[in-house]
Amino acid sequence: MASVDNMVPPGESAEPFHDHEPDPRRRDFINIAAVAFAGVGAVAIVLPLINQMNPSADVLAQSTTELDLSKIAPGQAIKASFRKQPLFVRNLTPQEIAAANAVSLSELRDPQSLAERTKEGKNNWLITLGVCTHLGCVPLGAGEGENRGPFGGYFCPCHGSAYDTAARIRQGPAPKNLTVPEYVFTSDTTVTVG
Amino acid sequence: MSFPWAKHYAPKQPLMRWLDEKLPVPRLVYNAVGAGYPVPRNLNYFWNFGVLAGAALSIQIITGIVLAMHYAANGGVAFGSIESIMRDVNAGWFLRYAHANGASMFLLVVYIHIGRGLYYGSYKAPREMVWLLGVVIFLLMMATAFMGYVLPWGQMSFWGAQVITGFFSAIPVVGETIRIWLLGGFAPDNAALNRFFSLHYLLPFVTAGVIILHIWALHIPGSGNPTGVDVKGEQDTVPFHPYYTAKDAVGLGVFLLVFALLLFFSPNLLGHPDNYVEANPLSTPAHIVPEWYFLPFYAILKSFTADFILPAKLWGVLAMFGSILLLFFLPWLDSSPIRSANFRPAYRKFLAILLLDLFVLGYVGGAEPRPWVILMGQIASAYYFAHFLIILPIVARTERPRPLPNSITEAVLAKHAGLGPHKSAMAS
Repeated sequence: MASVDNMVPPGESAEPFHDHEPDPRRRDFINIAAVAFAGVGAVAIVLPLINQMNPSADVLAQSTTELDLSKIAPGQAIKASFRKQPLFVRNLTPQEIAAANAVSLSELRDPQSLAERTKEGKNNWLITLGVCTHLGCVPLGAGEGENRGPFGGYFCPCHGSAYDTAARIRQGPAPKNLTVPEYVFTSDTTVTVG
Repeated sequence: MSFPWAKHYAPKQPLMRWLDEKLPVPRLVYNAVGAGYPVPRNLNYFWNFGVLAGAALSIQIITGIVLAMHYAANGGVAFGSIESIMRDVNAGWFLRYAHANGASMFLLVVYIHIGRGLYYGSYKAPREMVWLLGVVIFLLMMATAFMGYVLPWGQMSFWGAQVITGFFSAIPVVGETIRIWLLGGFAPDNAALNRFFSLHYLLPFVTAGVIILHIWALHIPGSGNPTGVDVKGEQDTVPFHPYYTAKDAVGLGVFLLVFALLLFFSPNLLGHPDNYVEANPLSTPAHIVPEWYFLPFYAILKSFTADFILPAKLWGVLAMFGSILLLFFLPWLDSSPIRSANFRPAYRKFLAILLLDLFVLGYVGGAEPRPWVILMGQIASAYYFAHFLIILPIVARTERPRPLPNSITEAVLAKHAGLGPHKSAMAS
């Protein structure tokens, strides 16, 4: 077609027959179909290439941890390992439980009561991952003599996040409370995590 | 390549003429970094740093390939294999220290190279693409440096990997899934170490490829110069070889001297002692700090401590990546047609403040999170963004630049007033 950009006058177009052809032509259709099919094949090949990055079967297999709580005195905490991540188990003192319950939920960043974070009748056993919800450091406070921070729970030395005695985030950049993993009491003094 | 008066490659030797017909690689080199590339005659030593960065990358690739012959990327033995390189492998200590300090030297010269670009307006038209590719190279370098730092599998390696992959968990909804996918586990372990090694080996070659594009894009308009004035004629340029090959060689000598000082007299100056302790997933070092070249960005990450619509953590990660991605928009944020800060009195002052600001951020990045440090980091982070998003566009519109010279040659001759170009060459 003639236009400002293409100065061939009408009727003398170099490709006069194209006006009568259906659009897309049969040949275009075959092209589109072939390339689309190859595209589907390419996507099918990309899937395993992406999936190989996910945790492998042996990593997933290390999924439960058994713990014996009988040796943990009130006020004491231990570090265990769960899925290659640190796990904090803490035997809260009555004062710590009272301190956690005294906080009103409205002033918390991630509102949860101590009761929601522990098992019924076992409010003194606070079991959480020892992984700061900011960027994954191990907070201090589970070991003997470690800094428990301004709220008496855990304190992350990396970027200064402070957790209270229910391991709830109170100060600093972390967005969430320390994660409570799934666990069950198999007896009065043993738990299975995971 | 860029100017009509560029010298043409005309090999006289029959073998070279034969080669030129079959595979004209010498012609390519001649036109790229030989006598066939005309360059402004007035470049100062800040124009050395591109070549120095190339030299640093070469050193990293050579030492890295050799180290890979002795290193084992397995969580159980990685730390031990590094110690064996240091103690048992012949000249292993030299190769590892060269590679570790070479990374610092590479980042150092690249920061000066970027600073040169900011001062002399190298990011402005017609060289925007050179700048954009440069930012891509910088991002690739940062990824490569981070993954390389993980490989020794010391405490800082491990916890650095934990913190940096933790950035991705800030993404709403899918963040944690992405983090686990990147690590191949719930915490950094064998799977993560192996893939980091694979990518650490790959990315330098990708970087080298982007550098070729960077130089290609540069050679279309030709090199900039300290006056920022365009080349007007043949009298404004000299051939790259021998003039700038010689000048670059002087700079390379100084670079190697500084490198040697670091390497032979204080190889652990820029490292962290905690990385000589093997990775322990159950104990975080009291104070995690990245390598010096990431400190300003780390300070920006740490500056967000309160939620505001989005969680503080997400803000920190967005701001940290944003501080680098911002550089992609620089050619359009600064609308001033004057390139060189020598003729932009206001911009020049603000650039000096930005430099100071980056040093403050660097200090904050490495300091412990006490309240006044956090406040200082917040002010400095805010200023960083204000410089690019507020100050720069306003200065570009309101500033009255100093008069530009009519040409490069005029500027050169004015500097040596009263002397002709030949006499001045002899005098200096």
